[in-house]
Amino acid sequence: MPPKVDIRRCTGCAGRMESCCEEACPGDLMAVHPDTGKAYCRAANECWDCMSCVKNCPAGALETKIPYQIGYYKATLRPIMGKTSITWKCRDIYGKEFSYTCINRTR
Amino acid sequence: MANIPAPRMKNLQPDDLEDIETCMIECDLLIVGGGNAGCFVAIEAARIDPSLKVIIMEKAEIKRSGACAAGMDAINTYIPAGKTPEDLVRWSRAQVGGGPLREDLALSNARELNEAVHDLERWGLPILRDENGNVRYRGKWDISIHGEQLKPLMAEKAVQSGADVYNRVVGTSLLMHEGRCAGATGLGVRNGKFYIFRAKATVVSTGGAGTLYKSYTADSTDSGAQIWMCPYCVGSGYAMGFREGAELTSLEQRWVATRSKDFCGPIDTISVGYGSPIINARGERIMSRYEHLGGDAAPRYIRANAPMEEWLAGRGPCYCDTTHLTSEDSAAMMRDYLNERPSFVLFLAARGQDVTREPVEIYGSDPYILGGHTGGGYWVDMQRMTTVPGLFAAGETAGGNPNKFVGGCCAEGKLAARGAVAYIKDLALAPLDTARLLREKKRVFAPFLSRREEGIRPVEMKERLQRLMDEYAGGLSQFYRTNEERLDYALRHIAVLQSQFVYLRAKDLHELMQAMETMDRVDVAQAVVHHLKARKETRWAGWQTRTDYPEKNDVDFDCFIETRREPATGIIDTFTRPYKQIIPGDRYTA
Repeated sequence: MPPKVDIRRCTGCAGRMESCCEEACPGDLMAVHPDTGKAYCRAANECWDCMSCVKNCPAGALETKIPYQIGYYKATLRPIMGKTSITWKCRDIYGKEFSYTCINRTR
Repeated sequence: MANIPAPRMKNLQPDDLEDIETCMIECDLLIVGGGNAGCFVAIEAARIDPSLKVIIMEKAEIKRSGACAAGMDAINTYIPAGKTPEDLVRWSRAQVGGGPLREDLALSNARELNEAVHDLERWGLPILRDENGNVRYRGKWDISIHGEQLKPLMAEKAVQSGADVYNRVVGTSLLMHEGRCAGATGLGVRNGKFYIFRAKATVVSTGGAGTLYKSYTADSTDSGAQIWMCPYCVGSGYAMGFREGAELTSLEQRWVATRSKDFCGPIDTISVGYGSPIINARGERIMSRYEHLGGDAAPRYIRANAPMEEWLAGRGPCYCDTTHLTSEDSAAMMRDYLNERPSFVLFLAARGQDVTREPVEIYGSDPYILGGHTGGGYWVDMQRMTTVPGLFAAGETAGGNPNKFVGGCCAEGKLAARGAVAYIKDLALAPLDTARLLREKKRVFAPFLSRREEGIRPVEMKERLQRLMDEYAGGLSQFYRTNEERLDYALRHIAVLQSQFVYLRAKDLHELMQAMETMDRVDVAQAVVHHLKARKETRWAGWQTRTDYPEKNDVDFDCFIETRREPATGIIDTFTRPYKQIIPGDRYTA
């Protein structure tokens, strides 16, 4: 399922040659709409849920959702990128929260 | 040297071919596909000869492209102290039921393997080690990593090596001169340009072919690409060479694996990494039925097929039993998933599932053609050159040599680079065939230039193909089974699809890329069906199951199945090549 765009946070990466989400997507699915200046996913059915765009968004405006046909409402998983680590904040449908941190590069 | 960024998508409205800009670029070595293998080709080529001009044609953006885009939680092959490359080949052979496999290729890859993994660690990949500094094995050959940044790390080194990376340019065809490959053409997915890359040697490393078959999770709304393998690797690298007469091998040995049900997440992470047994609905350990074939250590296709056999026999659903895990184990397992397939953790959260209380349900995957996992891909020589001179293959695109996985694809990138660099010595760029280039430019842009006419959307043809392959060519809905009549049916309909390429319409550049992908899928699917037809036996049930020939037939089929398409006519010739055992001993045990 496509990442949900928080249009209050999304800046469309104005001033950048490409927006960060359209740069990251391996499927060329993200774009910034010329009228609204906000990011959108051009084909919901083609998203791999790899979360590359979510990790790359400097505004924290993107969130990957699991399609309802597959998983129930409403769980969240947010990555917070550090320089050599990544922290994931996860919340399940019952409100239970988890946090995981991993060193993701040694240099 | 540069990582050339793509622009935001241009809203082009061309009316005829004259409106399409053509870019001509010359280089020594062209790499089509800057994924795992492709990055290693670039780095190794620069190490051998820094003066070479190397270009990577990359469909996405190199930092997050291909199958490693989301990350990786393990390197599945790394040779431990006390074991040899020969041991690894013996294991690989047993995993594919004794072969046939190309032991010559497998051995050369194995000899290169550990050094490639050391490269990754030197570049900054965290490899998990115990308190004594020893690499932490999670199975016999696979080691644990924290590989969330695996692809960015490889990409950074490829760019630093001096290669020019043309991002968002998708390969469409090969340049040919007197039977040899002289580069490739590409479509600029964001700028709408037609690219001509002239090269002395070309390496295709475009990954495998997912999305040929329908995935059972493909609903009509939002989950059409919820598959395990990268859905943006569609087999273009196979199609480009196949159309020029390059020989393909072993496509019938499709990759099918046990995956989590409803969300195609990796299961080896749990079953191998955390010793969780596979059980059926009654709680029976199903691999005990396969004790004579190795039980829990049975060859991979047997383990992949076993849960589906339980379903068929009315003993599903099946599970990977995680209920013995402690909460510490569970947290470690979640970290592994977050490093490779983070949305699987989100899926579990969306099911409200605590894996220490409730086992993880499993099911089969849709079938893939993946030369880094099973045998399907180009027939290559020891230099990794295909049967078309000047065209090399590495990673998932090179066939005959299964169980490469990440480390093996790195290693093979190096080997292909060495082969290609040796090949181009004293070689000049081939002259251009302008008539042929014009034909290709017309072919590529036809769906876009005809966008206002009535026709077919690329996604419609893709879905027609996927359902055809699923139901007639041994997809998951048929529990991977097929027969001669169904395969003939598939071929008849594939021929109709090919005759209807002219009706494909693309309203923008993204759809134009999809039109190219769909044509590539159809051409690769045709080859797959010919391979499945030719193997009139059942050698790897699940990967390849013939209901009309349910037994293994060593007399006729202990050999490779090959296909070659005649470039001028499109007629496909199917033939065999003999298997050669190099590593002595019993082929069925490691």
